[in-house]
Amino acid sequence: MAFVQNVPFFSIVLAMFAGIISSVLPGKAAKWLNTFVVTAVGAMSGVLLLFLSRTGEPFVYWMGHFPAPWGNEIRAGVLEAGMALVFAVIMLLSLVGGRAKLEAEICPEKQNLYYILTNLLLSSLLVMVYTNDLFTAYVFVEINTIAACGLIMIREIGRAIEAAVRYMIMSLLGSGLFLIGICILYDLTGHLLMSNIKQSLALIVADGTYTAPLLTTIGLMSAGLAIKSALFPFHSWLPDAYGYSTVSSSAMLSSLVSKGYLFLQIKIFYRVIGLDVIKNSQVIHILFLFGLMGMIFGSLSAIRENDIRRMISFSSVAQIGYIYMGFGLGSDLGMIASVYHIIAHAATKSLLFLSAVGLTDASGGSKRFLDLTGAGYRNKIAGVAFSAGCLSMVGIPMFAGFVSKLLFAQAAVGHTYKTLPALLVLAVSTILNAIYFMKTVIRIYTPQRGESQYQPQPLHFGTRKITLLALVVLNVAMGMLSQPIVSWIQAGLDMFG
Amino acid sequence: MKHDRFDRWLHGERDSLLNRVELRPQLEYAPSEEELQKIQEEHAFLREKVFQLEQNYKLRLFQRLYRVAAVVFCIVFTSIMLITVSWLPKAGDPSNPANPDSNEVSARYIERGLQETGAVNIVTGMILDYRAFDTFGESNVLFVATITVMILLRGSSGQEEEPDNQLHPGREDVILMKVAGLLVPVILIFGIYVILNGHLSPGGGFSGGTIIGAGLILYVNAFGFANIQRFFTEKTYKIICFCALTFYCLAKSYSFYTGANHLDSGIPLGTPGAILSSGLILPLNICVGLVVACTMYAFYALFRKGGF
Amino acid sequence: MLGGNLLANYGESIAMILFGIGFSNLLLQRNLIKKILGLNIMDTAIYLFLAQKGYIMGRAAPIVVDGVQSVEAYINPVPSGLVLTGIVVSVSVTALMLSLTIRLYRRYRTLDLDEISARIKKEHQKN
Repeated sequence: MAFVQNVPFFSIVLAMFAGIISSVLPGKAAKWLNTFVVTAVGAMSGVLLLFLSRTGEPFVYWMGHFPAPWGNEIRAGVLEAGMALVFAVIMLLSLVGGRAKLEAEICPEKQNLYYILTNLLLSSLLVMVYTNDLFTAYVFVEINTIAACGLIMIREIGRAIEAAVRYMIMSLLGSGLFLIGICILYDLTGHLLMSNIKQSLALIVADGTYTAPLLTTIGLMSAGLAIKSALFPFHSWLPDAYGYSTVSSSAMLSSLVSKGYLFLQIKIFYRVIGLDVIKNSQVIHILFLFGLMGMIFGSLSAIRENDIRRMISFSSVAQIGYIYMGFGLGSDLGMIASVYHIIAHAATKSLLFLSAVGLTDASGGSKRFLDLTGAGYRNKIAGVAFSAGCLSMVGIPMFAGFVSKLLFAQAAVGHTYKTLPALLVLAVSTILNAIYFMKTVIRIYTPQRGESQYQPQPLHFGTRKITLLALVVLNVAMGMLSQPIVSWIQAGLDMFG
Repeated sequence: MKHDRFDRWLHGERDSLLNRVELRPQLEYAPSEEELQKIQEEHAFLREKVFQLEQNYKLRLFQRLYRVAAVVFCIVFTSIMLITVSWLPKAGDPSNPANPDSNEVSARYIERGLQETGAVNIVTGMILDYRAFDTFGESNVLFVATITVMILLRGSSGQEEEPDNQLHPGREDVILMKVAGLLVPVILIFGIYVILNGHLSPGGGFSGGTIIGAGLILYVNAFGFANIQRFFTEKTYKIICFCALTFYCLAKSYSFYTGANHLDSGIPLGTPGAILSSGLILPLNICVGLVVACTMYAFYALFRKGGF
Repeated sequence: MLGGNLLANYGESIAMILFGIGFSNLLLQRNLIKKILGLNIMDTAIYLFLAQKGYIMGRAAPIVVDGVQSVEAYINPVPSGLVLTGIVVSVSVTALMLSLTIRLYRRYRTLDLDEISARIKKEHQKN
């Protein structure tokens, strides 16, 4: 066993241990420890990715002294390693980019608690990416939920706390459904490890026994994760939660927390139930339908919104809809498009949230559109970054969003009867996206009439601006170099086997 | 004479306990000027809201529709689940796919658990050895929940409401203090017993920790926060939690690392049935017990007065 | 449509009905404390379901007695372990929900979630 293969385990334990240690550290030390841990996890995942793409073989790692059906294990392939890398990079950029805001908004003696939550969030995301055991996934989904709730309400204003309550109610409903799904699955197969469940399920499907419970289980688990990742009818908590928490939290919630659940969903499709069974079940039609509805209604709500942070949040609802539409197509191409969009959206949404804060700060802290007039001139780098994010979301070539839309369209064309609705909604949603994003871009570049009441900010390169530029570069790189990324996703999904 | 008194008590003419049992008369409830104003404002707000509600026909319709839809949805959901249950394998039937007679996983836990983990209690052996990663996650759930409760409640009462320290002294109730003085040591010892015998009998870190936590809460209720601070402060809590979780993390990491790399962990399992047996399970149970006991007490203290 | 085991699985059926009751509480109650109670009923229903799944008629709890280690002697130990883990998770989550409720109550002096939202909106419009 190569030493590199310890990386998944090391990164999980490192993040957890950092969380535990941070509880006795002062805020500043906790901050540096957190930065170090996130960077280290990113670097290690990068090394693992290189190793795996050279060997081309996924591996399992025993968590204990017992082999497969008895012990607990984690498993890594290229997709898992890459996802861990993406999550670490985005988390690092979100934290660094929002740090100034964070230190202003959270009272100093609670700042080390914030870093405990981030460390535990990272570890739970890593476990959700790597684990090969359904019940472990459930436990860490709960850690993820509680830590995310902490991130929402740490700003301690009434609205954020109310949003946290709504978030918790929805999430706990989701975890309840997910857990009961796991229980039924355990009852049918007698296993909790993903690979063993899949083997037993193959026999059950071949026998034709237990078709009704199997369908219910797929429905319950998908519904649970869909509720947790804010698919359209269950998104009521999202705009407040993203709109009023501190900016690092918003960026991490939209680009990491919901993406962790989505990735777990993909793992369940491939590694637990099997894509063939999923394709033949009615559940994906429902997911497809809700995805389409989310694409339209999320964008419509975003158009009506008068607050820039909430507008970006509603756009997240639409983007989650895209991802579920990809699941709903039920083909490999659809899944590839969804995975690509998960990454592209993570990179773009954190960029949008961070740059929006730059713009609102240049407008006296107001989030209303009227006050944002001309903000692009006052804070030039945030303006450019925000425009780049908007272009990517709308799907202009050269940016990441374009590639994912292209992939969705290609996947839709390959389907028999879902082609027309998918393409139609894709087109409508793109137009709606363009309306509200372009409206904002035009607004921030409209010169203000008369004397400006806000001072333009001096053009200097602090860490905050460097993060913004790094995210722009990431976006453009994903748009230009889509081919290797797509083939990496393809290889990763093949390794799910 | 005596008979007469009993007779009168029996017929409800005399209350022999009057003026003897009650420690102090209850204070009359007299809200301050400010509170009265607040209540009035509240009523005004409510009236306004009701008024708006009557005006706003659409909102009322939506609320009614929502209730009907929710009821229908719940009924449909429950029926779907009942149909699912009707297709599940028979409960209590040994030949179910998950049950030990036909399932290799639970069969091995039962047949070889004692030899492989050294724990007489198969469930303890399972959650702390075969599936230890879950349990590690579980203690982290407790840890992260305490952190979030701390964010919400510690020192927060100052912002919205003056903390009233008069609310928090012990009740100075003689009966409570005497009974607690008798019970608390017994409860604590029982909790320790449950933790230490986690691998031999029903129980373990979680149940024992909860028992100890309950003992601490009883102690605080009887004797007040001033007394418990002589031996249990926030610093104690932090140190205990930190040490226990760190030890847990390091011990389990060592075990996972050696397991995955197929090395011998070198931890003796001991004689099954003895207190000092089953390798890491006993220390882990102690750690879990400490974390749970402290967490339970911390929840109580944070809820009661926003600190330790 | 209905399988044959509904009555044989009466424990699971009751668990599912309890789950439905908790679920409707969560959706219909406006009082936050009652919503939390609903959540707890749901969780408990799942544990009842699991406990029922692991039980086998006439067998003992999975603690080795007198060195007997045959599969015919004990019930399935796995669901018991899962319930143990689940209970801890639900305790933590309940504590978190209750402390959120306390914070909201301290600020808005009500437990009605709809009313809290109404007040927050009003507060927001004022600013």
